[in-house]
Amino acid sequence: MSDLDAVWLSLQLAGITVILLMIIATPVAWWLANTRSRLAPWVESFVALPLVLPPTVLGFYLLVLLGNDSPIGAFWVSLTGSTLTFSFSGLVLASVLYSLPFAVQPLQGAFESLGRGPLEAAYTLGAGPLDAFFSVAAPMAGRGYLTAVVLCFAHTLGEFGVVLMVGGNIPGQTRVIAIAVFEHVETLNYAAAHILSGGLLAFSFTVLFIVYALNRRFPIRVVGR
Amino acid sequence: MNVLAAKCRVVHSGFSLDAELDLPLEGVTALFGPSGSGKSSLLRIIAGLDRVAGNQVMLGGEVWQDDSKGVFMPPHRRSIGFVFQDTQLFPHLSVDANIAYGMKRAGRRAPRHGIGQIVDILDLGALMDRRPSTLSGGERQRVAIARAVMTSPKLLLMDEPLSSLDIERKDEILPFIERLAHEIGTPILYVSHAIDEVLRLASTLVLIARGRIVAKGPIEEVTSRLDLHPYTGRLDAGAVLRSTVSAHERERGITRMVFPGGELVSPLIDANIGTSINVRIRSRDVSLSLDAPKRTSILNILPGRVVQIEDSGGPQAHVLLDVGSPLWARITNVSVKELGLKPGMSVYALIKAVAVDRRSMGRPTAMDISLDRE
Repeated sequence: MSDLDAVWLSLQLAGITVILLMIIATPVAWWLANTRSRLAPWVESFVALPLVLPPTVLGFYLLVLLGNDSPIGAFWVSLTGSTLTFSFSGLVLASVLYSLPFAVQPLQGAFESLGRGPLEAAYTLGAGPLDAFFSVAAPMAGRGYLTAVVLCFAHTLGEFGVVLMVGGNIPGQTRVIAIAVFEHVETLNYAAAHILSGGLLAFSFTVLFIVYALNRRFPIRVVGR
Repeated sequence: MNVLAAKCRVVHSGFSLDAELDLPLEGVTALFGPSGSGKSSLLRIIAGLDRVAGNQVMLGGEVWQDDSKGVFMPPHRRSIGFVFQDTQLFPHLSVDANIAYGMKRAGRRAPRHGIGQIVDILDLGALMDRRPSTLSGGERQRVAIARAVMTSPKLLLMDEPLSSLDIERKDEILPFIERLAHEIGTPILYVSHAIDEVLRLASTLVLIARGRIVAKGPIEEVTSRLDLHPYTGRLDAGAVLRSTVSAHERERGITRMVFPGGELVSPLIDANIGTSINVRIRSRDVSLSLDAPKRTSILNILPGRVVQIEDSGGPQAHVLLDVGSPLWARITNVSVKELGLKPGMSVYALIKAVAVDRRSMGRPTAMDISLDRE
C-alpha cells in the first residue's frame, strides 16, 4: 500500500510543480525572449544550472538554504509551524528549481519564434500588452507550453537526488516513486522495484509518445502560413 | 477633414529619416519611394509601433506622440488600422474570429461599417469559417484588410500590402482595395514601392527618398513633374487622369468619364455613376496629331498644348502635354521633327479607349467578363 502512496505523492508533487512552474516560468521566459538587458545571460545561466549540476550538489545547497537555521527556513517555520526541509512543501520548492530549465527553455524558444509581428498586429487591433499576451502570444506558443508541461511533469516524476537530499524518505510526505524504488532495491525486493519502475517507464513513454504524435499530426504553427 | 502632422527624425548607422508631414487626410495618400527609403519606418512611427525619442505625431487635435511634453499614446489606444505586408493573421483563430478580434476591442468607437458591407466589398463570404493557413496569399491579405477596417479607425495604414504577392494575386486584390477606398470613406495612408499600385490607388502622392520627403501633392501633378521622374521611375509609367464616371452606354459597351479638361471614353466598367477613378494612361498609348482627325477608330481625341519635349537620347522622345491635366506621350524623334513640335503648340492627343486601365474598378471577374464580351 505504501507504494501506492508513493505513486500518489509523486503525481501530486509533479502536478503542483508543473502548475507553479508555468506561472513562474512564463514571465521569466517572456522577459528572456524580449529583453536586450545585459542581465539576460546571468539569468539564463542560473536557470540552466540544474541541467549540469549533480542533483546532490543542488540538493545540498537547498538543504543549507532551506534548513531551520537559515533565514528562509526560519521564516517558514515561524509562518507555518513546520519545517521546509524533510516536508512536502520543501520538496515542491526543490522540484520547481530543479525543473525550471525544462519550463523556461521551451517557452523562451516558442516566444522567440513568434517574433514581434503577431503582438504588433494585436496592438493595432486595440489589444493592450496583457490582453495581447493572453489572446495571441500564449495560444500561439501552445506547442511550447505543451512541451514544457510534459517535460516538467516527467522530469519531476523522475527526480531522485534532490528529493533524497532535501526530503529524505518519509512515507506520505517525501517518499516518492524514485525513492521507493531505491529502497526496494536496497532491501533486495526486486519484485516491488520491477512493478514501480515498469509502471513509471510505461507511463513516461506513453505520455511522451502522445505528445510527439500529436505534434506530428497537429503541428501548432507559429508562422501564419 | 483630419490633418495628420508628423515630425520624424531617426538616425541609425547607415540610415536616416528626417521627414515632416502635414497631410490633410482624404482618400488614398501614397507614401512612395524605393526600398530602404524610410517610408515603412515613418508608417511604424505614426502607428506607434516604433517609438523614437523626440518625434511628434498628431492626428486632428489628438496628440499621439510629443516627447517634449512626455506624451506617448501606445498603439492600442490610437484610432488606427494597420495592414501588414505579411498579413499577421492569427493562425489559431478562424477568419471570422480574426475579424471579430479587432471589432471587440474597438468597442469605444462606433462601428462605421456593417460587417456585411465589408465582407461583401472584399468578397469574404465563403472564407469566414476557414483557418488562415488554408487561404491563398491574396485571400489572407483581404481578410487582414477587413480586420483592420472593421475597427473603424480614423486612419488606415497599409504597409506594402501587396508586395509579397505575385503579379496575378496583386491584380486579384487591387480592385478590392480600390473599391474599399471609394466606399468606406476612411482615409488611407498607403506605403508602396510599386508605381503601378500607387498610380492606380492614390489621390495624393508623397515621394520619399533616402529618408527625405522629395515632393508631395495631387498624384497627377507629382507624376507629371519631369524633375521627379528619377524617383517616379520610367517615363513609360504615364500619367493619371483623375476622372469621375459620368455615363454608361450599355448598348454601345462604353463608359464615359469626365476629368479636369475633358471627357474620356472607355470600355464599359463596373462602377457607379459619380465614382471617382484613377485612369492611368501609359505614354506609349498616346499618339499626337496636329489636326483633329476625322473618321478614325480612336475614341479619345483630346485637344491640348505641348508643354515640354524630353529627348531621352534614344530614338524616342517623351512629350508632356496639357490637356487640362498633364499627359505624357511617347513618340519617335522622327515624328517630333516631322510635326515640328515645339512647346506651346496646339496638338490633339489620341488615346485608344482600350488604354484605359482594364480593371480599374469593381471585382476582377465581373470586369473581365464585361470586357471579354466586346
